[in-house]
Amino acid sequence: MRDPILALLAKSPAHGYEVRQRLVEALGPPGQALNPGQVYVTLSRLERAGLVRVGQVSQQRHPDKKMYELTAAGSERVAEWLADVSWSKVTPTDFHLKLVAAAATGLADPVALVDAQRHELLRQLSEVQALTLAEPADSAGGLLLEGAALRLAADVRWLELCEQRWLERLAQSDRAGGAGRSDRNEER
Amino acid sequence: MSAGAGAVVAARGLMKAYAANGVPVRAVDGVDLVVEAGETVSVMGPSGCGKSTLLHLLGGLERPEAGEIVLDGRRVDGLSETAWAVLRRRTIGFVFQAFNLVDELTAVENVELPALLIGAPSRRARRRALELMERLGVADRAGHLPDRLSGGERQRVAVARALINDARLILADEPTGNLDSRATGEILRLFADLGRSGQSLLMVSHDARVASTADRLLTMRDGAIVGHTRLDAGSSSALFADMAGLAHKGGHGPRGGEH
Repeated sequence: MRDPILALLAKSPAHGYEVRQRLVEALGPPGQALNPGQVYVTLSRLERAGLVRVGQVSQQRHPDKKMYELTAAGSERVAEWLADVSWSKVTPTDFHLKLVAAAATGLADPVALVDAQRHELLRQLSEVQALTLAEPADSAGGLLLEGAALRLAADVRWLELCEQRWLERLAQSDRAGGAGRSDRNEER
Repeated sequence: MSAGAGAVVAARGLMKAYAANGVPVRAVDGVDLVVEAGETVSVMGPSGCGKSTLLHLLGGLERPEAGEIVLDGRRVDGLSETAWAVLRRRTIGFVFQAFNLVDELTAVENVELPALLIGAPSRRARRRALELMERLGVADRAGHLPDRLSGGERQRVAVARALINDARLILADEPTGNLDSRATGEILRLFADLGRSGQSLLMVSHDARVASTADRLLTMRDGAIVGHTRLDAGSSSALFADMAGLAHKGGHGPRGGEH
């Protein structure tokens, strides 16, 4: 969750509750399971790592509110995360949040991110397939490779879906306000 | 001079529109494409993106409204139906999505037909047909009529037929659409041999596992080519160590020591 939370702060500084709200909006039903404590723990870890700085906003009838804001190192980390196409440890949730964050912050074009990721997966898949075809048809290793190929192919299909949906969304928001691709991402 | 004079097929500015409910839809919208000798290229894209139409244009099964096609060094987009038919027999092997087998001929007769049509001796044609069918695991179905074959068997017969003349260019529309993974593997192995013998393959597939076996992969959307991926299968050891969970375990890799 560290990188998505960091990226959601790139849009504008926010307090912990807002960060959680942004996550829940982006994730839909699975986001409801997100424990607020988890968000706060992550935020203070990011603070200790120097990626986020905290400011106090005083409130009259409530205790002071902490506002979290990206540091320069934090912004750099977000840019790296958006450009990273390694996939082996990435979950669909991570990638989905990456697209949401890219659109929300305007730091990257979600469709371009999907494209770059898809190219990378197709390259990996072609490596797996080259090895699979070099294996005798019934080898044990071939079976493992086939599993890897099926999973990569499923990811590629999902990325195709991501691309299609984001193209539709961006076209919609262009029509709605001409405010540009990266303006708003939540419409439901 | 046209683009890709040394290419097996080169196309420039291809256009083809259809009327869908009275509204013209551009199925192929300004496609440029070159396939070199010995190269395999695959085309992916959502259904309706124009990839099958593109294949039909390149095989002379449909005519473009604009653009040019150079096949084996020769401008072909203006050819007559008959000239195309002759050219197709010698230069192109086509795997159709619907197989298009002749119902009255047995499987092996279907496979050898293109060879007989260009005057190959019948014994040699039969031998080569059976050889291909053997590799594709359908030799035991040689004497059956197409309606006695399963979908997957028909597909393999159609692939064998497309390969029998050792055509310079194989065009294949979803060549593994009906097949299980073993039969798919056999077809992909045969396709890999094409490149080694200098033949070229252009195939359309929605299956990333099939498409990724090509040297290059083109992505189509709304009739246009919007993406290009070069797939040089290089060293994969890092990827696999990672995949198998062998990385980051105490610092020694899979070959860290003897068992």
